[in-house]
This record gives sequence, structure tokens and C-alpha cells, in this order.
Amino acid sequence: MASVFEYAPAPESRAIVDIAPSYGLFIDGEFTEAADGKVFKTVSPASEEVLSEIARAGEADVDRAVQAARKAFEKWSALPGSERAKYLFRIARIIQERSRELAVLETLDNGKPIKETRDADLPLVAAHFFYYAGWADKLDHAGFGANPRPLGVAGQVIPWNFPLLMLAWKIAPALATGNTVVLKPAETTPLTALFFADICRQAGLPKGVVNILPGYGDTGAALVAHPDVNKVAFTGSTAVGKEIAKTVAGTRKKLTLELGGKGANIVFDDAPIDQAVEGIVSGIFFNQGQVCCAGSRLLVQESIQDELLDSLKRRLSTLRLGDPLDKNTDIGAINSEEQLTRITSLVEQGESEGAERWSPACELPSAGYWFAPTLFTNVTQAHTIARDEIFGPVLSVLTFRTPDEAVAKANNTQYGLSAGIWTEKGSRILAVANKLRAGVVWSNTFNKFDPTSPFGGYKESGFGREGGRHGLEAYLDV
Amino acid sequence: MSDRLSVFKTYKLYVGGKFPRSESGRVYEVSDAKGKWLANAPLSSRKDARDAVVAARKAFGAWSGATAYNRGQVLYRVAEMLEGRKGQFVHEVADAEGLSKSKAAAQVEATIDRWVWYAGWTDKIAQVVGGGNPVAGPYFNLSSPEPTGVVAVLAPQESSFLGLVSVVAPVIATGNTAVVVASETAPLPALSLAEVLATSDVPGGVVNVLSGRTAEIATPLAAHQDVNAIDLAGADDVLAKELEIAAADNLKRVLRPQPVDDWSAMPGIDRMTAFLETKTVWHPTGSLGASGSSY
Repeated sequence: MASVFEYAPAPESRAIVDIAPSYGLFIDGEFTEAADGKVFKTVSPASEEVLSEIARAGEADVDRAVQAARKAFEKWSALPGSERAKYLFRIARIIQERSRELAVLETLDNGKPIKETRDADLPLVAAHFFYYAGWADKLDHAGFGANPRPLGVAGQVIPWNFPLLMLAWKIAPALATGNTVVLKPAETTPLTALFFADICRQAGLPKGVVNILPGYGDTGAALVAHPDVNKVAFTGSTAVGKEIAKTVAGTRKKLTLELGGKGANIVFDDAPIDQAVEGIVSGIFFNQGQVCCAGSRLLVQESIQDELLDSLKRRLSTLRLGDPLDKNTDIGAINSEEQLTRITSLVEQGESEGAERWSPACELPSAGYWFAPTLFTNVTQAHTIARDEIFGPVLSVLTFRTPDEAVAKANNTQYGLSAGIWTEKGSRILAVANKLRAGVVWSNTFNKFDPTSPFGGYKESGFGREGGRHGLEAYLDV
Repeated sequence: MSDRLSVFKTYKLYVGGKFPRSESGRVYEVSDAKGKWLANAPLSSRKDARDAVVAARKAFGAWSGATAYNRGQVLYRVAEMLEGRKGQFVHEVADAEGLSKSKAAAQVEATIDRWVWYAGWTDKIAQVVGGGNPVAGPYFNLSSPEPTGVVAVLAPQESSFLGLVSVVAPVIATGNTAVVVASETAPLPALSLAEVLATSDVPGGVVNVLSGRTAEIATPLAAHQDVNAIDLAGADDVLAKELEIAAADNLKRVLRPQPVDDWSAMPGIDRMTAFLETKTVWHPTGSLGASGSSY
């Protein structure tokens, strides 16, 4: 399809962010090298340019960080809630002030479009700290009894898809409730967490309350297994979540898990097609589909399949893939070579199992990790691409005839994180939403988030909720 | 005392609203606190456990879909039926736990009152733990609790009746269905409770009761892919750890055993919330444009 509009490049300047050639671990308020001196490099997935060299935390560092957090816990948990609140308000404000810098940094390290980091990630990060700041001195009224107590040291392991936002989801409620934290960012996206460490210093946060330990899976495993950790919070793959659940079995560690998904986006024949198409696009192509609650299965009522797919394909042809720092970019880079390999192999499996693959004409940059928006038709429920989480810009299209069939297909998955419903009929929305076994249901919208709104899964998508009043429970001894 | 020969009861399992023997054909001897033989109870097998899960899954849709008011009525009916059979339970609890008649009566009365307490919760818990969220955008956003699904419940070993009901009632009050493993040494009150449930409008399969060796029955339940959660109240530390590891395989919600000194103390809502999910549904509110609606 010929392009109607030609776009001139509109790059956001990266001059606003100053990335040091190397970063240490952040333990007890200081940046420090790893005990064994190990380092790793973090690259920009859009260009494969090395951004910085990062200290890689080992077991000795985990132990040191947990000790620092333990030491800090006594004073931090004894602070009046109103004082903890003010620290968190300070952090929220500094994040707002440094929002553009952090957005550019996140886009560089993660590969997602600046449009998203600027308009979604960063505003949500600041809002999350602002929301939980206000809870710190109101916990008596949160519905967990009078004077609910914190758990102690929280070990938190977060993924690479929303690096700073997942940090906010973990650290804000933990600190508000009086816990101290040791957080491990993902190995491909450590930079915003390390800049956050600097924000903690600017805010005057007491030493040891927040410790940041960049590293790989072994660092996370050591943190989760550390005997002096009281609380484990993990966001990531279901496979790792199961390992963590086994690790903490038989201990008194409180556990919350936010894991994978295979969300169904259900479009009924009376749905507003244009809005539904926008919802489908944001459902699966937001953040290159690297979203645990992505609407990766499109369930479309048979009678409107052709019309909807025509509109959807037309819309996909207008998506702009390329430089994530360009303000007009819709689809950025895949976060890592490893993830690109996984997406590629699942898509090949989709083809070999007989589903029909389609992508718009789309030129991929020569350097970096890229994958064109892709949709599959002729997909059955038995296909791997209808069952496994792809975590990429790949949509599997299935059809249904009746609402009951739609519900049965939507629930036919080990996961239960998200779902979407598109129909003009209000009673149908409520009836279908009621039957979907998923923690978040969006009707006539998709991929909306808010700090006041509990988020989390059913079944193998994990347990516990983040956000809202519900999110406090994960960090309280209740 | 008449010299009439009494009629013994054949204690049976309770699965899917029916009273089968163990498919294994096995029984084990149940004695009172002094070691005197009371009855032979079914020694459940892993197949019995799997059958019970099938029954509980089958019952889940209708029970979780029933109105909260209806569930409250049904649970209250259980208390009514228990009141009428109080004498039998006093006798069984006294034998099982070696209690005097008056102490056993106090246990049974506390147990009946506990059913009443949970019956009243069915249509209130959603208001206490759910609610609207003031999201920053044009959306109406509501979080509601929903039952987790099929819950395996290992009843406490010591408190054969009050402890049992204290762990079973919260599970079903919120719309879950249960596979209950009775106290290993004192299963008779649990097996008799099944007879009350069967005559109290509780749909078959909502509660399934198995007797036997806790470890033998709990192990396949903890590993079962169609069980959503497990309450480890009746497991010791070693067994609890093994079961928690097995439960991780499909990420069951696990309620770890907690020391309970006094089952008669007022419970909080924790045993209900442990087996509730939170579902948040977003609806656009939009604004009323020229066409009358917008997204």
C-alpha cells in the first residue's frame, strides 16, 4: 500500500541523558563493584551499541545487600508513616522532574518507542509512587486491621519489558508499608533502575532502604533463596515463577508472582470495528507485544471475520517501525537477541503447524533486533501459537460463533491474566466479563493501567495483586 | 440401658453427593482417644482423590455462579440440620478427641455457630474486599472477588469438628468447591458432617470428604493439575513443604499451616481471602458526543 503521508525523521534528543561508561551495584546507599569484580554490558537493542558496563552481583553481593536492607529496616519501619510518605512524595516529584531523561534512557536501553516511555511508562511510574506515598500514613484504614506491620526485607526481581514501571510497582508499595528492598533489574535493562538509585540519593532516602543489584538469573535465584529475605516478589516468566514457588516452599517468606499470559481479545459482531481495531493493535503491538497482559489471541465472531481482518491489515500497514527515539515510531526494537530468537522460532512453528502468516510490507533496520508486526489466521486452539506466550508482535486469530464458545475458547489456557471484550451490548459485556477467568478484563478498551487499579492473574499467571489497596497486602504481615 | 443390640454405622466417603466406599476396597480402624475401636473408616486411594476432584470441578460452575444470597441460605440450612443432630456430633467429638460430654457439646455448639457466621458472609465479602477504583481517566473500573476454583483442604488433625468446619466453611462460602481430607485419626465427625451436607441443599460435589492417610491422599491432590488451591492446615511441617513444592507445578494458591491454639477464637476473613481472586473490569465512560456515545 502506498504511504499517504511521508514522515520526516523526528528524533528525540539523547543529549538529555548522560550515561556513564560504567555503573556499580547500589548497596547501602553507595555504588560499589561486585565482590568478584564481574561485569556485563548493556546494549541498545535498536543498534546493538554498548551503552554501559554494569557490575554483576553475585552471592556475596546479595548477602551484603540483604544485610544492609535488614539494618535499615529497623529505623525505616519505625518511622511515622507520614515521614515515609514524604520520602515517597519526593521520589514521585523527582521522577516527574527527570521524566524526559528517564524516558529517553528507557527507550535506549529497552528499545521501546519514545512515544510509549514518554506517554505511558514514565507518567505511570510517577503516579505509582504518588499513589502509594499517600498510603504510608493511612494503613490503619486499609482494611487489614489496626497498625498492620511490614514483613521486613523484600527481595524483588523484575523483568525487562517495563523496567522502571515494574520497579515502581515493586518498590512503592514495599516502602510505603515500611519494608526495605533489594531489587534485581533484568540483565538487558539495568540502567533506569540505577538512575533510580540516584533519585533515592537525591530524595535523601536513608541508606539501605533501597538496594539495586543488577545481574542475571543466578543473582535473582540467590536473592530469592536468601534466608534473611521475608518477602519475595517476582514479575517474569511462568517457568521461573514456578521455580521460585518451589524455592520458598516450607519457609515463611510471603510470595507474590506476576507471570505470563495469553490474553483473549474477543470481538463480537456488533462491536465498533474501528475502535476494536485500535484496541487490537494496542493490545498486541504496544511495546512490541512484549507485555504479559497482551491480547495475543484475537477471538473474532465468524460473521465479521473478513471485515475486521481487512480493517486490521489496513491499519497494520500504517504502523511505523524503526528508530525508537523517533517520536513517530509505533513499533520499536525487540529487547534482546535471545527474545528475537524465541519469537522467530515460535512464528516458524506457527507456519509449520499450518497457520497462515501475514505481515505488512515493512523494512527492518539492518542493525539491532527487529520483528515485523505479524498476524496468523487459520489458527486452531491446538496450535502452539495459540497456547504458548510468544511475547512479541504476533497475533493469533481464532473465530467463534456464540458467546459461550467465545468464553470457552478464551478460558482454554493455563494462563489467566487479561482479556478484552468488544461489543456495544452492555449486558453482554457484563455476562462475558463475569465468566472470563482472568484478573483484568478490558471492555471496549485494552492495555489500560492505573496505580489505583489492582493487577494480577488467575491460574498460572500468578497470584497476588499489584496496585490499589489490594497491592498493600503483599507487603504487610496480614 | 436396654440390652438391645445397636446398629453400627458403615462410614463412607462423600464424593459428588454420593456415599461410596473407597474404590480400593480398603478400610482402617478408627479408635477413640483411649484406643477403643469405634469404626472402620474408608482408607482412600489416589483414585478416590482424583474422583473427588472431578466431582468438585463439575460442581464449581453452578456453585460459584449461584447468587451469594442463595449460598448463604444453603449454608444456614447446614447449621439448622446440625442443630438437629447435635447429640450425635457431641458423642462423636467426645470419642474422637477424648473430651467430656460438656466440653464436646461446647465444641459442637461453637461449630454450629461458625456455620452461621460464614453463612452471613457470603453476600458481604465482596463489598468488604472489592470496590471501585478511582482511575485517572474516563473509565469505570471495578474490582470484585471471585472464587479460586477447586480447593483441596487438609483438615486439622486435632480439632476433628470445629477445626474441620473452620477450614471448610470459608472455602465454600466464597463459592469455591472443596476436596476435604478428614483428620487421619479422627475422621468420623467429618464423615458424619457429609451426611448433614447431603441433606442441607448443598449441591453434590461442592464438598467432598475423604478419610485415610493424609499424606497418601494429599500428595496426588497437591500435584493435581485441576486443583487450584490447597489449605495445608492438617499437614505437619515436613509434609507441608513437600506438598507446597508439588503445588508449585501449576501455581496453586497455598495456605501454609499456621499454629492455632484455639479454634473457637473468632476467625478473621483471611481464610476466605486466601482462596479468592480479584478480577478488575474496565469500562470506558467516554463523554456524550453528538452520536450519544463515544469510546
